[in-house]
Amino acid sequence: MRFETPTSVDQAVALLAADPEARVLAGGTDLLVRLRAGQIAPSAIIDIKRIREMTVISQEDGGWRIGAAVPSAEMNEHAALKADWPGVVESADLIGSTQIQGRATLAGNLCNASPAADSVPAMMAARATARIAGPDGTRDVAVEGIPTGVGKTSLEKGELVTSIFLPAKPAHSGDAYLRFIPRTEMDIAVVGCGISLTLDDQGKISDARVALGAVAPTVILSQSCADTLIGTAGDDAALDALAAAASAEAKPIDDKRGTIAFRKDVVGVLAKRAAKIAITRAGGKTGGET
Amino acid sequence: MSRIHVTTTINGDETEYLCEAGETLLDVLRDHLDMTGSKEGCGTGDCGACSVVVDGRLVCSCLMLAAEAEGRAVDTIEGMAQGNQLHPLQQKFLEHAALQCGICTPGILVAAKNLLERNPNPSEEEVRYWLAGNLCRCTGYDKIIRAVMDTAADLRGAA
Ligand SMILES: Cc1cc2nc3c(=O)[nH]c(=O)nc-3n(C[C@H](O)[C@H](O)[C@H](O)COP(=O)(O)OP(=O)(O)OC[C@H]3O[C@@H](n4cnc5c(N)ncnc54)[C@H](O)[C@@H]3O)c2cc1C
Ligand code: FES
Ligand code: FES
Repeated sequence: MRFETPTSVDQAVALLAADPEARVLAGGTDLLVRLRAGQIAPSAIIDIKRIREMTVISQEDGGWRIGAAVPSAEMNEHAALKADWPGVVESADLIGSTQIQGRATLAGNLCNASPAADSVPAMMAARATARIAGPDGTRDVAVEGIPTGVGKTSLEKGELVTSIFLPAKPAHSGDAYLRFIPRTEMDIAVVGCGISLTLDDQGKISDARVALGAVAPTVILSQSCADTLIGTAGDDAALDALAAAASAEAKPIDDKRGTIAFRKDVVGVLAKRAAKIAITRAGGKTGGET
Repeated sequence: MSRIHVTTTINGDETEYLCEAGETLLDVLRDHLDMTGSKEGCGTGDCGACSVVVDGRLVCSCLMLAAEAEGRAVDTIEGMAQGNQLHPLQQKFLEHAALQCGICTPGILVAAKNLLERNPNPSEEEVRYWLAGNLCRCTGYDKIIRAVMDTAADLRGAA
């Protein structure tokens, strides 16, 4: 196995394109576990942390571009990013321990393609896009277009994610992510839910995005859930409808962490709670309340 | 297969080593550099016994390749005491009996030191969350938390 440290995106693409068995290394918190367990045997490890543009968080068109090598701890220390997208930052802050957060990246969480990845529902709710570089140039893809199954992505040969873009946050908007785990730290989500929504001048929800994690092979971006919120003021009836829609959308499995019935129930509860937080955050901007 | 030559700084000293691409920083610290203070509890990022600080960030050395340390600054438990002079955290851990078998202790000390450098006045909740990735099967954690809180209070008093 070789260890490569490209210093530009072009070099990284060239290395990946030349060698289908090479693997990108960001924080390594998934990759090294799999490598050490003998689950993968790449021909080369391409460390992207020496590519300067991939190590920074920068403002762009009123939104935020987060380099694919930025660890979640750095996002959590970025006050302006956190103020705009608290749900996304909190979701990244739930990944593992302090030690894991010192290394784990959003792009790694996305490309690892686990249905339980914490930041993915929050990114989907936020309409995040991934910038992909490859032999044919650069393209931007909605985050929901990346994972295609457990451990599988739509990335082509020679491609890698160079950054995640969180768009400018519309006025009167709020986002939130909640997950259920048996303890408060250091566990994989049994269920997760990310919500982002926008209020109009009357305090009614004019736009909503709801993403459900760990209840299907890939994170579900649910239009039926969003529809229960849009046009309402997020009153109890709307939240009950949201919970019912989330439970109906969920297609979870039974495993040691939770049964199907449990997950279907909890996803509704989390959706309701996340919606309340998102509404409070959106209203906070207008000085309104829940 | 040619080995990778790495030049890095460990506890302030420039250090060179040769490693395989697949070797972790923990492997090199323990097996090549004879710095066995960092422990391997799990090798999968779950226990924190291998905690070190790299360029100011707390990480698990079992989940970092040794080759990644090129040009970085690594701080390990071996750099904590100054000769025979224990770090205040080490002293408090003794006073509070915050260790039994001691296998978790180096990782917890490294993690707690990094916390206090960032936040000299953490709440108990903040200490507990910060150390949630450091597992201890012996103490029940309470004495560890007391020792860290007590050290923080002392250091604030002394400052
Ligand atoms: C103890 C522990 C606790 C954890 N807890 C959580 C948790 O609570 N929630 C959670 O969601 N996850 C958790 N994880 C999993 C992991 O930390 C996250 O998925 C993390 O975000 C992965 O990011 P990384 O930068 O470390 O990825 P890496 O390990 O570097 O990469 C992951 C995968 O994505 C590929 N990849 C990485 N970056 C790119 C890129 N830019 N372009 C293309 N492919 C790329 C790699 O080749 C690899 O296949 C935990 C892991 C550990 C060890
Ligand atoms: S040995 Fe590294 S976390 Fe357990
Ligand atoms: S003292 Fe034994 S594991 Fe902590």
